[in-house]
Amino acid sequence: MDLAFTEENEQFRQEIRDFLDENWPEEKRSGEVTEFGRDEYITWHKKLADKGWVAPSWPKEYGGPGWTPTQKYIFAEEMAKAETFNVLPFNIGMVGPVIYTFGNEEQKKRFLPPTLNCDIWWCQGYSEPGSGSDLASLRTKAVREGDHYIVNGSKTWTTLAQHADWIFCLVKTDTEAKAQEGISFLLIDMKTPGITVRPIITMGGDHEVNEVFLEDVKVPAENLIGQENKGWTYAKFLLMHERSGIAGTHVCKKALSRLREVASDKSLYGDAPILMDDAEFRRKVSEIEMDLMALEYTELRALAGEEAGKGPGAESSILKIRGTEIQQRISHLAVEVAGYYAMPFQRELTGNETPSGPEHTVHAAAGYFNKRKTSIYGGSNEIQRNIIAKAILGL
Amino acid sequence: MDFLFTEEQDMFRESISRYVREKYDFEARQKIISSEAGWSKEVWSDFAEMGLLSVPFAEEYDGLGGGAVDVMVIMEELGKGNVVEPFLPTVVLSGGVLAAVGGEHAKALIPQIATGELIMGFGFAEPRSRFDLNHVEASAKKDGEAYVLNGRKSVVLAASIADKLILVARTSGSTRDADGISLFLVDANAKGLTIEDYPTIDGHRAGDVVLEDVKAELLGEEGKALSVIEKVTDQGISAIASEAMGLCRTMVDLTTQYCRERKQFGTPIAKFQVLQHRMVDMLIHAEEMTSMAYLGALKLDEHEVERKKVLSAVKVQLGKSVKYCGEEAIQLHGGMGMTEEMAIGHYFMHGTMLEVLFGNTDHHRKRYESLM
Repeated sequence: MDLAFTEENEQFRQEIRDFLDENWPEEKRSGEVTEFGRDEYITWHKKLADKGWVAPSWPKEYGGPGWTPTQKYIFAEEMAKAETFNVLPFNIGMVGPVIYTFGNEEQKKRFLPPTLNCDIWWCQGYSEPGSGSDLASLRTKAVREGDHYIVNGSKTWTTLAQHADWIFCLVKTDTEAKAQEGISFLLIDMKTPGITVRPIITMGGDHEVNEVFLEDVKVPAENLIGQENKGWTYAKFLLMHERSGIAGTHVCKKALSRLREVASDKSLYGDAPILMDDAEFRRKVSEIEMDLMALEYTELRALAGEEAGKGPGAESSILKIRGTEIQQRISHLAVEVAGYYAMPFQRELTGNETPSGPEHTVHAAAGYFNKRKTSIYGGSNEIQRNIIAKAILGL
Repeated sequence: MDFLFTEEQDMFRESISRYVREKYDFEARQKIISSEAGWSKEVWSDFAEMGLLSVPFAEEYDGLGGGAVDVMVIMEELGKGNVVEPFLPTVVLSGGVLAAVGGEHAKALIPQIATGELIMGFGFAEPRSRFDLNHVEASAKKDGEAYVLNGRKSVVLAASIADKLILVARTSGSTRDADGISLFLVDANAKGLTIEDYPTIDGHRAGDVVLEDVKAELLGEEGKALSVIEKVTDQGISAIASEAMGLCRTMVDLTTQYCRERKQFGTPIAKFQVLQHRMVDMLIHAEEMTSMAYLGALKLDEHEVERKKVLSAVKVQLGKSVKYCGEEAIQLHGGMGMTEEMAIGHYFMHGTMLEVLFGNTDHHRKRYESLM
């Protein structure tokens, strides 16, 4: 056991920093990225892809950089410190691993390069209006007709579907079978006739999620991943991957250090006491910092286990639960820091108007509301606890 | 000891409750908050007619001579409907200040509040004051009979829809002195006064008030306003505590109803014990909020130290209750709870703003500690 970074690690870190300094300049590091500009996203994604860094967790043969767990950790840390966009999780953390693990050679050749480069923007067709926590109860149906499937149904909470080129969908191919057994994993081009996207506006006015309606959508049978009716296995595999990235340790650290900066900024307080000197506030910040340490080292242990050949298992549920709880606590702390300026809905401002409150207050409340989603999505935290109870404790 | 309402109060409650149910459902509220004005004059004049705007005031001001318990009844029912009309800033805060300072201004203005003609806002916070009422940088200089105001007041509820504003400014001393703070009356369209208006995130209307050599009239005694401001904001806490009890109760109702209807794994999710316990804890928080709202209303006229202590305890309870009920309500609604098209999120958002208003949980925990 050794926690120190080697000299090679530090050189590696410097290489990442140099790249970020050059490609992600200071003015982008606002910590306030909440709007999703499609082009900006893709530009950044491609920059990383060109460098070969976009998919740290992928095997080398499919375009991963072949890093050690420590290198991956350093990379994630530096990316978070620089407050870059995330790379598209749907591509890198979700469908990519499913394709290279369960897809056939033809599918790998066809889909992996554009998935890596973001020439395809993927979205996730899992949840349905009637199937949230009980995902296996989904009802979107795919009926085989010759060399096609005809898909009918609807998906919901589809993040950034408004930008997506393709959707990976869980569909029911055998309606007679027991819930988990009749499900298949289909890749569908969003331009196919019969697909409609309807925005869902969430608290605080964000448009991140959508409903996706599929009406007699004709999908070539070659877009089926793996075997028909075995989709649940792939779906679960993907969910494990989704959960392991979900902790957001580095992003939490950065968000917290931003809050500390603001709470220590003398110019914001004038003759008033500085918030960072407030005992109650300090206690909250330090509690979160300590909990983050525990999360971080739990994550590192899980990563090391993964490297030793154990795929991400039920332990990722622990990371999901704690990670999302901490994200939510930090988002509430931002409301506390903002004081009265948490109240104005300053996003309504247009043009050159400047917000009434300081910069850090503008998204505070909206951020707090938005973060409530984290304990709901990717399998609610109640479901994660069920998974741990069953898979780890054997209850 | 009893916690009973009078027959009159019960009838009063029923009339407000019926109005809110019939005329102020979620759809109606959505229409109001997305309208240009952001509030409904029609609703306001109905409130005037029903007596809501005159109940708290003494008979000498054409009021109905009600008390804190009557305000509690009103605020609880308005909370259940998540009503955005400016009852708090106009009646409770501005009306409260006027009633406290008395005199000609009270005689002239309170009757206009009571009839619904006059909308007012009360500006006490500033960009750097956080929640400290004694932190006043806005200045007032005497100029003949009048005063000239300079500075900025932050997040003044109803500022953008008000006819007149009551503003806090310093007539002497330095930024954080308790002495030297005074209250002023200004017209919302006075020369030199700019309102940076915005909706609040929970759908109310507010604004920052920027003052550049604005002529204003003094309210009450010069330099001695802090105790009045503290008393009126404590009345504000009592009022929003009652509102919060309405919010929490409604969140419990909406959540239990949703969990009874929502089926997963072939059964209503209300059957899952882990969720039942969460709803039970929501109910406990709503009950505690109710108890503390009662206590707050009944202790408003106690001597200063006791009043402040109790109202801080009430505000801390408010912070805990709206946060717990709100967060759990969203969690139990799942993704649906996140959407703007469901009422539940709007209760949570408003509750969160109440958590901030008049000082957050930490602030009042500290005020309580300092008086222990």
